[in-house]
Amino acid sequence: MDSSAVDLKPLIDVRNISFNYGSIPVLKDVTFSINPGDFLAIIGPNGSGKTTLVKIILGLLKPSRGKVRILGQPVEEFFDWNRIGYVPQKATHIDPLFPASIKEAVAMEFHAVSSRGMRKRDKELSVARALKHVGMEDFTSRRIGSLSGGQQQRVFIARAIVNQPHILFLDEPTTGVDAETQEHFYDMLDSLNKKEGITIVMITHDIGIVNKHVNQVACLNQRLVYHGAHEDFCRSKAFKEMLAGGHHLISHRH
Amino acid sequence: MDAFLSYGFLQRALLAGIFIAVACALLGVFLILRRDSMIGHGLAHITFAGVALGLFLKIIPLGIALAVAVLTALGIMKLKEKAGLYGDTAIAIFSSVGLAVGIVLATLAQSYNVDLFGYLFGDILAIEASEVWLSVALAVIVVFIVILNYHRFMYMTFDREAAKVSGVKVGRLDVLLTVLTAVTVVLGMKVVGILLVSALVVIPAAAGLQLASNFKPVLFGLFLAYSFDLPGSGTIVILSFLFFGLFFLVKRVNKVR
Repeated sequence: MDSSAVDLKPLIDVRNISFNYGSIPVLKDVTFSINPGDFLAIIGPNGSGKTTLVKIILGLLKPSRGKVRILGQPVEEFFDWNRIGYVPQKATHIDPLFPASIKEAVAMEFHAVSSRGMRKRDKELSVARALKHVGMEDFTSRRIGSLSGGQQQRVFIARAIVNQPHILFLDEPTTGVDAETQEHFYDMLDSLNKKEGITIVMITHDIGIVNKHVNQVACLNQRLVYHGAHEDFCRSKAFKEMLAGGHHLISHRH
Repeated sequence: MDAFLSYGFLQRALLAGIFIAVACALLGVFLILRRDSMIGHGLAHITFAGVALGLFLKIIPLGIALAVAVLTALGIMKLKEKAGLYGDTAIAIFSSVGLAVGIVLATLAQSYNVDLFGYLFGDILAIEASEVWLSVALAVIVVFIVILNYHRFMYMTFDREAAKVSGVKVGRLDVLLTVLTAVTVVLGMKVVGILLVSALVVIPAAAGLQLASNFKPVLFGLFLAYSFDLPGSGTIVILSFLFFGLFFLVKRVNKVR
């Protein structure tokens, strides 16, 4: 992807989003934008609405109030979904017995969008390239359920990037993954962001370990209590309040 | 075998049976993977109510059964979404009500006779020529639609949210799958009867899934499971179960090695 040709308008525009589960407020009046090239971490305590916000952005949930635009279009009318990659929250919802090989699991993304014009050989090359990018090229025939949690997450990332999306959403992608694998994982995301020009939005509890890679932080606690550059966040009132509140944030010194 | 195939009624039974069996098994794979195996059982009881209604009104029971099965299947789907019922609860409710309504209507129609028994236990050998072509046409349509949407069904079954974000119209495909299931159950009723149609949908598919670590061998497994299935509803189901047992053992032996 040629990053110099990327449109400078926001990729995602979130305006005054509020959401309730029944009568319980989850999000209150959240407004922010995601620009091309961002590597954005969405952080916040459990129950702060992070996953709900991402699902609203992706059109999986309807907000009680507010609007979302993707590439300038209202999300309800957006159809160019091959520009968006999504790795949902870890897979208690994935059936470990599902009879799909890793290659088939990644190739599913091709069949979802209309890629009938694409030759079979090109699809296979794209799948192979995506799997190589995540270091899973030697596992193509293995059943998806036979992999470890970390390996599965890599395959789901391969699936999310196989169509070369403009923006990749990940919901707590390193849950249950060991520390060394997490490092490789973030290095890989960093490469996708800096070399391939893919905008990355990641929900995480682990603010410390992404110190090296993230350039933007959105801190959520029903309301958006901070949105801006990562360096400024660590000095911000919001960060201090979050730590003082005893909220679960993993911090690693690097 | 030559003698077997020289009789017209056996030829009709074979033709209809093969097509219906393929439709049932193909759909059954997705129902199992969606954890919806019991929907066949529930819809079979609803179909019983539809058949009884048809006998009561003296209108083609197959047609009425089809309409009742499709509408009820869609109703179960809506109930799961809107009323927040678990899938198996919704099926249990409709299943019991369907059976009860069927019993009442059958009594009112005074149809506790050969007609009803044929629907309960299957009468593929008595299938009329007109019914054969209708059954084959419907089965071909079911198979065609499943194959056309095969990859999208796979994706939404494997990871519904990711499929939705990728542009798969999961809501519409849910409706499609539900309607296809209802049609297939009604078709399957002709082969093995209302009491065992659920087995026709589930067991061969389960047998195929025993063999598969990826999706293509599932279909081969289905073919093997169906190679010798035809005469008699109970025999079909027992044979299907024997194949399931065989493939299960093969899988265990391979694991031990």
